[in-house]
Amino acid sequence: MNLFSQEVPLSWYLLLSAVLFTLGVVGFLIKRNLIAVFMSIELMLNAVNLSFVTFAHQWNAVKGQIFVFFVMMVAAAEAAVGLAIIIAVFRARATLAVDRIDLMKL
Amino acid sequence: MNGYLHLWLIPLLPFAGFLINGILGRRLPKWLVTTVALLAPLASFGVVLWSAMLVWPSTEPDLPPVVMPHLETIGNWLGIGTLHIDFSFVLDQLSLVMLLVVTGVGFLIHIYSVGYMGDEEGYARYFSYLNLFLFFMTVLVLAGNALLMFVGWEGVGLASYLLIGFYFQKKTAADAGKKAFIVNRIGDFGFLIGMFLLLANFGTLTFSTIGTMLGADPGWHGGVVTVIALCLLLGAAGKSAQLPLYIWLPDAMEGPTPVSALIHAATMVTAGVYMIARTHILFDHSPFALGVVAIVGAATAIFAATIALVQNDIKRVLAYSTISQLGYMFLGCGVAAYSAAIFHLVTHAFFKALLFLAAGAVIHAIGGEQDLRKMGGLWKKLPVPFAVTTVGVLAIAGFFPFAGFFSKDAILYAAFVQGGSGRVLWFVGLVTALLTSFYMFRLWYLAFMGQPRHEEAHHHATPPSMLVPLAILALLSIGGGWIGIERFAGFLAPSVGARGAENGSAQLELILSIVAVAMALLGWFIADLLYRLKPARPAELAAALPGGYRLLANKYYVDEFYGATVVKPLLAISKYVLGWVVDVGVLGGIAWLLAGIATVAGAILQRWQSGNLRSYAAWLAAGAAAVLLFLVVPWAALLAGLTSLHFGMAGH
Repeated sequence: MNLFSQEVPLSWYLLLSAVLFTLGVVGFLIKRNLIAVFMSIELMLNAVNLSFVTFAHQWNAVKGQIFVFFVMMVAAAEAAVGLAIIIAVFRARATLAVDRIDLMKL
Repeated sequence: MNGYLHLWLIPLLPFAGFLINGILGRRLPKWLVTTVALLAPLASFGVVLWSAMLVWPSTEPDLPPVVMPHLETIGNWLGIGTLHIDFSFVLDQLSLVMLLVVTGVGFLIHIYSVGYMGDEEGYARYFSYLNLFLFFMTVLVLAGNALLMFVGWEGVGLASYLLIGFYFQKKTAADAGKKAFIVNRIGDFGFLIGMFLLLANFGTLTFSTIGTMLGADPGWHGGVVTVIALCLLLGAAGKSAQLPLYIWLPDAMEGPTPVSALIHAATMVTAGVYMIARTHILFDHSPFALGVVAIVGAATAIFAATIALVQNDIKRVLAYSTISQLGYMFLGCGVAAYSAAIFHLVTHAFFKALLFLAAGAVIHAIGGEQDLRKMGGLWKKLPVPFAVTTVGVLAIAGFFPFAGFFSKDAILYAAFVQGGSGRVLWFVGLVTALLTSFYMFRLWYLAFMGQPRHEEAHHHATPPSMLVPLAILALLSIGGGWIGIERFAGFLAPSVGARGAENGSAQLELILSIVAVAMALLGWFIADLLYRLKPARPAELAAALPGGYRLLANKYYVDEFYGATVVKPLLAISKYVLGWVVDVGVLGGIAWLLAGIATVAGAILQRWQSGNLRSYAAWLAAGAAAVLLFLVVPWAALLAGLTSLHFGMAGH
């Protein structure tokens, strides 16, 4: 039995997606640099995208793929706005450490 | 209903005047304010005259006749269970007489006010209050049930308060307004309790229904009827300034003089007498309450008259005289001579309004001076006020043929023919007549006779708008009594019952009136002796009887007595018990406790809002994980269900 002729099982994709998502969450929580935090968010989004595509393939439904496009579009917009905010924050505060951007604290 | 008779217009027209002048008055030109202020009572008076014409038999054969008592129901006010209270107005002989006095004298005093208040600030405000007073007074008079009467009753109290405190920047005036209002609250408490008892025992507040129920069942005697009547008497004593609640009326003289004339002499203070006459059936069923009315009246009459003997403020003399004359009216009510009391109410409205307005003209002319000791010799400079005051003095002293003679005589006669204790009441009334004559002539001599004791520089001319009402009221004071008590009582009989004169005779009436006039002459004679022939004598008398003089001059120390026994303890309770214990301690404590809880809770919860992005994110992730756990793992949901079940049970 050829190992490579077989399809990759569904669970592997999902496992990969979960691992990526968890990495994103953990990165979001522990990274101090704002840009790294931002990249973690992207990682989470793409982890979700992977599970969308997986299910779309599994159920032969195109909806999941369309949803991925939406997510990518939102992620692109978010990147544009988010990076602009990061630049503005850096100009104002001369730092990108998340812990020091706490103006809303009482 | 009668298509020609519109009773609702009588109160509503002054109310419209109040609204116009009250809301727009400050922006309107003065002539327009005056026009509105005068048109409202004039139109109201016109409607009253029209109503009188409609009810008068055989004046207008073309018009459908109106039978009195005529009931006009405008709409339902309250409907609670079996209790129905309407906005209903009643036109009967009693309310018609009262309406003629209120709107007629009221209109004259409005005219007078145009001259008197001409240069005052708040001209429009003054007239809006005056119109408001007429609105409430006509509601009071027309009311077909006790609750609507109470609306008018409170309303005239409000108008009185506003007008006493018209010069509100003056502390004494503002205080006098409050005093009048607060003392009247005590009386109103009695009125309210009386109404509650009426509701509890009769189930209605409509005067006519109560009358029918009392008339139908002879079992209503004493007991609860007495209690109701005494409660109503307390209300009447408050409004009509009788013992022991008279103390507000002398202070009410802080208001402008036309107000004293209209509200605190001619109309509002007679509301108590009117109320007793309106509910006379209750009093007729309780001889005890009737006796109390008579005693209160007689005591007030002589009590106030003695105080008036030594007062030096011209308006205060008249104020005590008003209290004394109101005492006469109560005395009349107390011997069930309601028509005589109402007759005296009418003539008193004429001559007391006249006296007040004449006093106002004097005060106006000599630049605001009210002290009799600083007047004197004014007859030459102020001939018209002098002439009309003379008429007023003769009328109030009860000289034939002036108005006061007829009405005072009717009351004294009614008291005398009652026999027994009525003779005592008659004697008290007679002594009061002597005192009345004395202090009124004392006023007359001090103000108009003798040498001038004032500066001439401040003299003002009296405008015609003040002179015309004086002239009309003087004519009424001379001729008003000629209606005669027989005709008057005959007219009023359907409303207040026939005049009881079983033991009397025309001869007795003649003798009694001769005695009364003799008393008035004696009073004049003493005043003449003391204030014309021997002007030094009053001071000597005062010096010879220092205790008695001081007692009278200080008004029997009643204000001081009330101050020590009622006001001071109340203030102390308010300050220490209510102020410190209840307000600061209990209420303030609760407020501080709630604020403390909020502060502590905030201090704990604010840690959540760290401002740290990662902590928010961690909470977010934890929340998401919890939801996931809930959805995916069955035993977690089971646990949650158990928890809510547990809390649900604990909640019950």
